Amino acid sequence: MMTAITLTLLLTLTFVAFSIAFWLYGTNKTRPIIHSLLHPLMTAPLMVAAVLLLANIDYQQYRDANQPLFFLLGTATVALAIPLHQQFHNIRTLAKPLLITLAFGATFAIVSALTTAWLLGATIDTLIAIAPKSVTTPIALGIAEKIGADPSLTAGIVVFTGVVGASCGPVLFRWLRITDDRVKGFVLGICAHGVGTARAFEISGKCGAFSSLGLGLTGALTAIALPWIVISVLK
Amino acid sequence: MLRGLLTLLLFQGIGEAVAQFSGIPIPGPVIGMILLFLALQLRSKGLPFGLGEASHFLIRWLSLMFIPACVGFFFLASIETNQWFAIISVVVLTTLVTMIATALLMKYVLMKHLLIKQQLKSEVHNQ
Repeated sequence: MMTAITLTLLLTLTFVAFSIAFWLYGTNKTRPIIHSLLHPLMTAPLMVAAVLLLANIDYQQYRDANQPLFFLLGTATVALAIPLHQQFHNIRTLAKPLLITLAFGATFAIVSALTTAWLLGATIDTLIAIAPKSVTTPIALGIAEKIGADPSLTAGIVVFTGVVGASCGPVLFRWLRITDDRVKGFVLGICAHGVGTARAFEISGKCGAFSSLGLGLTGALTAIALPWIVISVLK
Repeated sequence: MLRGLLTLLLFQGIGEAVAQFSGIPIPGPVIGMILLFLALQLRSKGLPFGLGEASHFLIRWLSLMFIPACVGFFFLASIETNQWFAIISVVVLTTLVTMIATALLMKYVLMKHLLIKQQLKSEVHNQ
């Protein structure tokens, strides 16, 4: 049984780790690459995991204590409708280029991941868990259930993908000399789902709106197409 | 702010209800987001009072809400070690390659789109 004290402490742990991570992130603003790699989503989970392992606390217990944040994540998802509404005049005129990018990005993410994993000798179970990696966690879990993948492995891979994309994305955009916030946002949303969207909103409101759009469209497209492809390939 | 939060919770609830009763594989909050977006588009007036403030607050702290899920990555024990190597290299490598390819494609497609639009404009202008 978990007492109210442990519950509060484990929820506080998330906030404390986030505050430290956020401070660390802010101190390195002048060095863009280090700044990006020190994103709170990279450092805070590391701190929390270290504390849990040292104190010998089960992940499930920590997860239960942090249920309020899981719930708020849903509310924040609904809130993405507002920037989308405010930026819609920018989005509507770009329907064709956006759809081309979406179709390419969502397909390329799956095909490149499956081919590389297969070349590196991944088993069928791993391949199936990797397939929905660029989709937002709740949709990926729905897909995992349909195609028979291990849900905790899928969730882990999805989150890891988001963290890699969100922390390295801005560095890549610098190298590629991409300055257009619409491109940055849409790519972050397609490749790094919600985590990328959180990062995109730090860049600008426009960037965040395009990221929300990319996240929603990739999720919907993959949810419809992937179960059908996996089932027909495995047969 | 309070009324804005109430609106968001209302749409989250409607979204969850639609997801549960229709059996659509899309999560409830995503359905709620789509419905709220449609409702805002249909409304001719500006944003309802407090909704902008509430959404701004939640989106600003989106990273914080992802932390509990991210921690789970360190507690996956059921995989053999050789699979770990494959998984980590695949995720890092293909995510970066996909981002580069998608970003370059979008930059190119946007440029083309802009050129076609300008051409159309000048043709109309010439006639």
